[in-house]
Amino acid sequence: MDLSCTPEEEEFRARLREWLAEVLPTLPPKPSPDDWPGRRAYDLGWQRMLYDAGYADVHWDASPTVRLIFLEEAEKAGAPYVGANFVGLLHAGPTIAAEGTPGQRERWLPPILRGDEVWCQGFSEPDAGSDLAALRTRAWRDGDDYVVSGSKIWTSHAEVADWCELLVRTDPGAPKHRGITWLAMPMDAPGVTVRSLRTLAGSEEFAEVFLDEVRVPVANRIGAENDGWRVTMVTLSFERGTAFVGEVVACRRVLGELARQALANGRWDDPSLRRRLGQLNAEFRALWRLTQWNVSEAERKGGAPGVGGSVFKLRYSHARQELYDAAAEVLGPESLDLGRPWVLDRLSSLSYTIAAGTSQIQRNIVAERILGLPKGR
Amino acid sequence: MRFQPTDDQRALRAGVRGLLQRRFGRGALRAAVDRPGALDRGLWRELGEAGFFALRLPEADGGVGLGLPEAVLAFEEAGRALLPGPLVATHLAAGQVPGAASGQTVVTAVYGGLVEWLGEADVVRGDATGALPLTSVDPMTPLHRVVRAAEDRLPDPVAVLLTAAEQLGGAARTCELAAEHARVREQFGQPIGAFQAVKHLCAESLVRVETARVAVYAAAITADPLDIAAARLLADEAAVRCARDCLQVHGGMGFTWEAEVHLYLKRAWVRAQRMGSSAESEEKLAGELLSEVR
Repeated sequence: MDLSCTPEEEEFRARLREWLAEVLPTLPPKPSPDDWPGRRAYDLGWQRMLYDAGYADVHWDASPTVRLIFLEEAEKAGAPYVGANFVGLLHAGPTIAAEGTPGQRERWLPPILRGDEVWCQGFSEPDAGSDLAALRTRAWRDGDDYVVSGSKIWTSHAEVADWCELLVRTDPGAPKHRGITWLAMPMDAPGVTVRSLRTLAGSEEFAEVFLDEVRVPVANRIGAENDGWRVTMVTLSFERGTAFVGEVVACRRVLGELARQALANGRWDDPSLRRRLGQLNAEFRALWRLTQWNVSEAERKGGAPGVGGSVFKLRYSHARQELYDAAAEVLGPESLDLGRPWVLDRLSSLSYTIAAGTSQIQRNIVAERILGLPKGR
Repeated sequence: MRFQPTDDQRALRAGVRGLLQRRFGRGALRAAVDRPGALDRGLWRELGEAGFFALRLPEADGGVGLGLPEAVLAFEEAGRALLPGPLVATHLAAGQVPGAASGQTVVTAVYGGLVEWLGEADVVRGDATGALPLTSVDPMTPLHRVVRAAEDRLPDPVAVLLTAAEQLGGAARTCELAAEHARVREQFGQPIGAFQAVKHLCAESLVRVETARVAVYAAAITADPLDIAAARLLADEAAVRCARDCLQVHGGMGFTWEAEVHLYLKRAWVRAQRMGSSAESEEKLAGELLSEVR
């Protein structure tokens, strides 16, 4: 067992650190969360900078350790989050890379890397959230096109996306895990309507997408017809494996800020608060170790991250909520002021035990796939 | 990054597990419960011969010459097997107290205001003068209380880490016992593990075990006192809560003397107390947040 990096990896870290220190001060100010076009431009601009400097494909081609170093250093330096490029870089891109034809890879991967095109995810439906196999959006063949009708929900970045990784039912008669197909749908196709949803944090983070006889070329299908379930499992293993690495680094920074704030406002004198911050320090240290463990396991075995991602997500999503509850304790009455820095984060953290599968779904995954408990009610 | 056990480390772990399964299986465990206060000297010498106590002693001094990560894997197995005796104190005495490394001498120590196995130990480290016997909650760990303010400081970090490793082993075992029971025990016409309420208890146990595991292993690699303090908190939490949840999954059976679950919970309580109050570890970790260099 070893926690050290190779000389090459340390060299990568040093070069990256130097580059970040040089370019981050040149970035324009961050747009407001409600300014979707502004956010799109900002996130794509950052992706373009990464591309020009040779860091754009770190999520795809680098070793898991190099990817970890990248995310760690970027967060420590205060670099922008992956933002609107999330689905393209971490879902659709890896899926097309793994399952697409050479022509499909050539069409869709370079624009993701260069920061030219934004993707969104069309998996969830109003009546099928984590029960993905219950999706009902229909697609039927008409010549060289699929014709798609139905609706999707919780679609992040739909307002500004160029493409949607869309799951549709192509064989309603088949068992529910079969009969699903993965399509790349252009968001400007006739029949696509996007309606924003407002979150409890007051922001418009995601949307409903209505599909009314939208024509998608058969050539936009990734994988075989009715094989979309398998293709999707490839996508989801990427999502649960690497999605939260930078955020653990960010949480550790917040914890230090909380301690200093508590010292400044006198709350530090309360031993129960100090002990709570001490516990959270232990928690986030362990979460960082869990990240390193999952990465070194992926490195040893090769391929996509395994169910370790579910273990991580369960622990992390709850720890993040406890972190911002502790922040509220430090802030006291000011924790009710939306203008204070940690208050919006506290609201946003409520989504972590829900998004990408609720904690209850994650526990089922852990119990069934790791502990071998039977499927059931 | 190679934060996974090497082939040699896996082999070492398998070796210790094999020895303990042979020499301290269920029969021996129940016998130990029925003879409270008696330590199996033959087993102690066998552990010595296998290098359990001399694991970190340099080869030049007759030891095995391995490091903290290997010691942690061995102590995890001891915790898994619920092996009784002052294992941590004897391990730490190897090379300092004659006969400790070979398992000829049983060494105990004063930790957290308590002394374990005072009656059976050949050597006591620390001042146990006037120690008063307790009716120990753990039938396999005789205890004395030491009333001395000087013993209230945080114990040696290596003792803390090895105790955390034992806690990890206990937690992992109770998680397995819960899952095994949930797979075979049927109620309402199906295995109880098919019910989400039971399934989620088991899943949460596994999450606690895996989180404690990485904290303990990382602390063994860095030997950093703050990593060790964090490992201790997570391992104590895992050991106590996994044992409780295992008991819950076993239902009425879990509340009996016959089931092993209570032995794991009681030992977890003893180990958590052995390392002094958890508040000290928490304060130490809180203080670190204020330091500029992080």
